[in-house]
Amino acid sequence: MAVTVTMPQLGESVTEGTIQAWLKQPGDPVEIYESIAEVNTDKVNAEIPSPVAGTMGEHLVPEGTVVPVGGEICRIEGAEVEVAATHPATATTAGESPSVTADSFSAEGIPAALAPEPVPVAAAASSSQESSAAAPQGADGLHLTPAVRMLAREHAVDLTQITGSGINGRITKKDVLEYVQRRDTAQPAGGVAARRAEAAAAQAAPPAGAAATPATPAPVRQPAPPPAVPVSQGAGDTLVALTPMRRAIAEHMSRSVLTSPHAWTMVEVDMTRVARARARAREEFKRRHGVDLTFLPFVAKAVIAALRRHPSLNATWTDDGVLLRNDVNLGLAVALEDGLVVPVLKGADRLSMAGLALAAQDLSDRARAGRLRIEDVEGGTFTLNNAGALGTVMSQAIINQPQAAILVMDAIVKRPVVVEGDAIAVRSMMNLCISFDHRINDGLPAARFLHSVKETLEAVDDSTELW
Amino acid sequence: MATKTYIEAIREGMRDEMARDERVIVMGEDVGVKGGVFKATEGLHKEFGEMRVIDTPLAESAIVGVAIGAAINGLLPIAEIQFQDFIMPAVDQIISEAAKIRYRSNNDFHVPMVVRAPFGGGVHGALYHSQSMEAMFCHIPGLKVVVPSTPHDAKGLLRAAIRDPDPVLYFEHKRAYRLIKGEVPEGDYVEPIGKARVVSEGSDIAIFTYGLMTHFCADAAEKLGADGFSCEVVDLRTLRPLDRAQIVASARKCGKVLVVQEANLAVSIASEVAAIVAEDCFEYLDAPVMRLGGPEIPGVPFSPPLEEFYMLTPAKIETELRKLAAY
Repeated sequence: MAVTVTMPQLGESVTEGTIQAWLKQPGDPVEIYESIAEVNTDKVNAEIPSPVAGTMGEHLVPEGTVVPVGGEICRIEGAEVEVAATHPATATTAGESPSVTADSFSAEGIPAALAPEPVPVAAAASSSQESSAAAPQGADGLHLTPAVRMLAREHAVDLTQITGSGINGRITKKDVLEYVQRRDTAQPAGGVAARRAEAAAAQAAPPAGAAATPATPAPVRQPAPPPAVPVSQGAGDTLVALTPMRRAIAEHMSRSVLTSPHAWTMVEVDMTRVARARARAREEFKRRHGVDLTFLPFVAKAVIAALRRHPSLNATWTDDGVLLRNDVNLGLAVALEDGLVVPVLKGADRLSMAGLALAAQDLSDRARAGRLRIEDVEGGTFTLNNAGALGTVMSQAIINQPQAAILVMDAIVKRPVVVEGDAIAVRSMMNLCISFDHRINDGLPAARFLHSVKETLEAVDDSTELW
Repeated sequence: MATKTYIEAIREGMRDEMARDERVIVMGEDVGVKGGVFKATEGLHKEFGEMRVIDTPLAESAIVGVAIGAAINGLLPIAEIQFQDFIMPAVDQIISEAAKIRYRSNNDFHVPMVVRAPFGGGVHGALYHSQSMEAMFCHIPGLKVVVPSTPHDAKGLLRAAIRDPDPVLYFEHKRAYRLIKGEVPEGDYVEPIGKARVVSEGSDIAIFTYGLMTHFCADAAEKLGADGFSCEVVDLRTLRPLDRAQIVASARKCGKVLVVQEANLAVSIASEVAAIVAEDCFEYLDAPVMRLGGPEIPGVPFSPPLEEFYMLTPAKIETELRKLAAY
C-alpha cells in the first residue's frame, strides 16, 4: 500500500511551507514517525514525521519548493501498517486538524464537506415538521452555503446581524447582498477595508476556553488583510517580493491594531542598581552558566513577578469574559535581518534568573539560526521586547494577539537625574513602555503593573538571587 | 424576418445547404418521394433528384454506414434516422467507426456527416417513439451532439453541423416540429456548435436546459418573475461539447442552479452540468444543485395519463423552481 504524504499544518495561520531538505531518499526505509523532510515556514522550521512505516517512494516536489498546507509532497511505498491514527501534523502540533483548511469559517464550526446533506430542498415541499427535521443547520444553527461564506468574507459581514429569509431561516446569498447594500448606503464613506479587517480579526480571535479544550480546536482561519491602496510602480522603483514571514507579520500587525484599542504609557526606571549587580556578577555568571548575563533576565524576572500581582495583564479578551492565564509564557521578541519572530519562554514563572537567562539565550540563538520548533512560538501570554538592544529610547509596540499587553525595555542610558535630597546624579535610566489592550485594562492596572516592575528593578541589590 | 415552424427551419437548412454545395446529400427511410414521415425532407427529392435525396432500406446500420463511406469519400451526407429510438442498429457505426476514424487514421480520414434524428415524448408515441437518448452519445469522444430548441437555432445549427468536418448528431424534438414557431432570418447565417444561448437573463436561479424543455423552462421562469424571482434560462444547444464557460458564468452569477431535461437523470446531461457546477462554482453556490428530469423507468408509457405523469410540464418545473427560490 502506498501512502501519499501531505504538507502538515505547521502552526496557526501557517498556509505553506518550503521543503528545505529531504531526509529520506527514494528507496530508503522509513520508520513510522521518522523524520522524512525538513520544512521551514514563515514561523518555524520543522521536520515532517512519516505517517507510516515503509519505503520512501517518489519525491513529488524537489527541495526548495513552497508547498501549500495539504499539498502532496511524497509517497511512501509498501506501508505495512495502517496509516497512523494521528495525521502527520498532529504529531507535531497537537490540537490542529489538518483537514480544517485555513479558509474555514470559525463561525461555522464544521468544515463545508461535513455540512448536512442537501435534502432540505426536497423537504421544503413536505410538512413543516418534516422540513424542520431536515433543517439546513450546522452545529451552531448556522448553515452557511459557500456563496454566503464568500460574500460574508468579501464584504466583512457579521452574519449574526442578518435575519435569514430562506427555508428555516437560512441566510441566503440575497439576504447578504441586500444587507450589504443597506449597510453601505447608510455608511457611504469608506470604512469597508476597516470593517473587513475587523470582521476578520474578530473571527481570528480564539473562542473562550479554546486552550482548556484542545480536543476541539477552533478552525484556523486566515483573515483577509485590508486591501492595499492601489499603487503604480514608477521607473526605477523596485518591487521586493513578499516572503511568507513578511506576509505573516503584515497580517498579524494589521489585525492586532484593528482588534485591540491600543493604549500606551511609560515609566522611567533607574537601572543603576541592576547595572551594578550585573557588573559584579557578570564574570562569575558566565563561568557558571556559559552565557552572558544581560539586562533581559532582570527585567523578565521583574515582569513575571508583576504579572503574578496583576493577572489582568497576563490575560486574553474573549466575548465571554477576560481569560486570566494561569501560566506565564513569556514571549521574547527577536529581531531578525528580514523580519521578526517571537519565541515563547514557556512556564517562565517557574524559572530562576539563571534559568531565564539560559532559556532566553537558547530561544534567541535558535530564532536567529532558523531552528525554532512549532511549540517554541505558540502559547505566549505576554510579550517582552528588548528594543533597547537596538538603541531606541521610547517605543510604541503592537500587541502580540491574543495577549493583553506588550512591554518594551528601551535602551539604558546614563542621564543626569534629580535624586533624593534634590541632588543631581548620573544614573543609568531606562524607559519601560507598555502598549495594552484597553478593552481588558484601564490606565490604573497598567500603571500599577509598570510601577511593580519598576520597584522590583530599582530594589535589586546583592541579596537578589542571580543563580 | 419570416416566422417559421421548427420543422420548416430544418427543411430550409437542408435545402439551402444542398443548393449551396452539391456535395450535400440526404438519405434515410422515406426521405425521398414521401418527404419523410414528419415531412422534414418534403420537396427536396423533387428539387435535387434521386441521386441526392436517397430512399434507403429499413436498415439504420446501413444508412449510417453508407453515410460514413460517402463522407470519407468527399460527400457531405445527412443521414436521417426516422426516430431516435431506431438508432440502436446504427450505434456501432456511429461509435465504433464515425467517432474514431479521424483518430484511428491519424487525421488521414474524417467523417463530415450529420445524423438527424427526432427524439422526445409527449406525442403519444409510447415506448419506441418517445425516447431521449442523447446522453448515450454525449459520452463518446469524437462525436458532437446538438439539440436546437428554436427555428432560428434549428437552421443555424444544422448549417454548422453540415459544414463541420466531423460527425455531428443533430437531434430534433419531434413535439417541437409544429408546436414551436419563431423568426428565422434570411440569408446564410450559422449558429456555432459549442455555444449555449442565454434565453433570458436573471440573477437568482440559473436554469440549464435544452430542446423542448427550453420553452417549458422559459414559461416557468416567467411565472417566478411575476413574484420577483429572476431566472436565467440557458439553452445549452450543444450537448457535446458543453459550453462550460457559459454554464460557469451563469451558475456563479445566480448561485442557485436547476438543470432540466426530459430524459431520466442517471448519468445524463444534467449529471454533467451539475458536475461542472460543482467543480467550478462551489464557492458561489447558495443552494444544492437541483436536477429535474424524467423518471427512472424503461420507457415513456403508452397510457395517456401515465404519459402525462412521465412528461415534464412548465408547472412541474415551476414547482422545482419555487423550492429552489425558497431555499
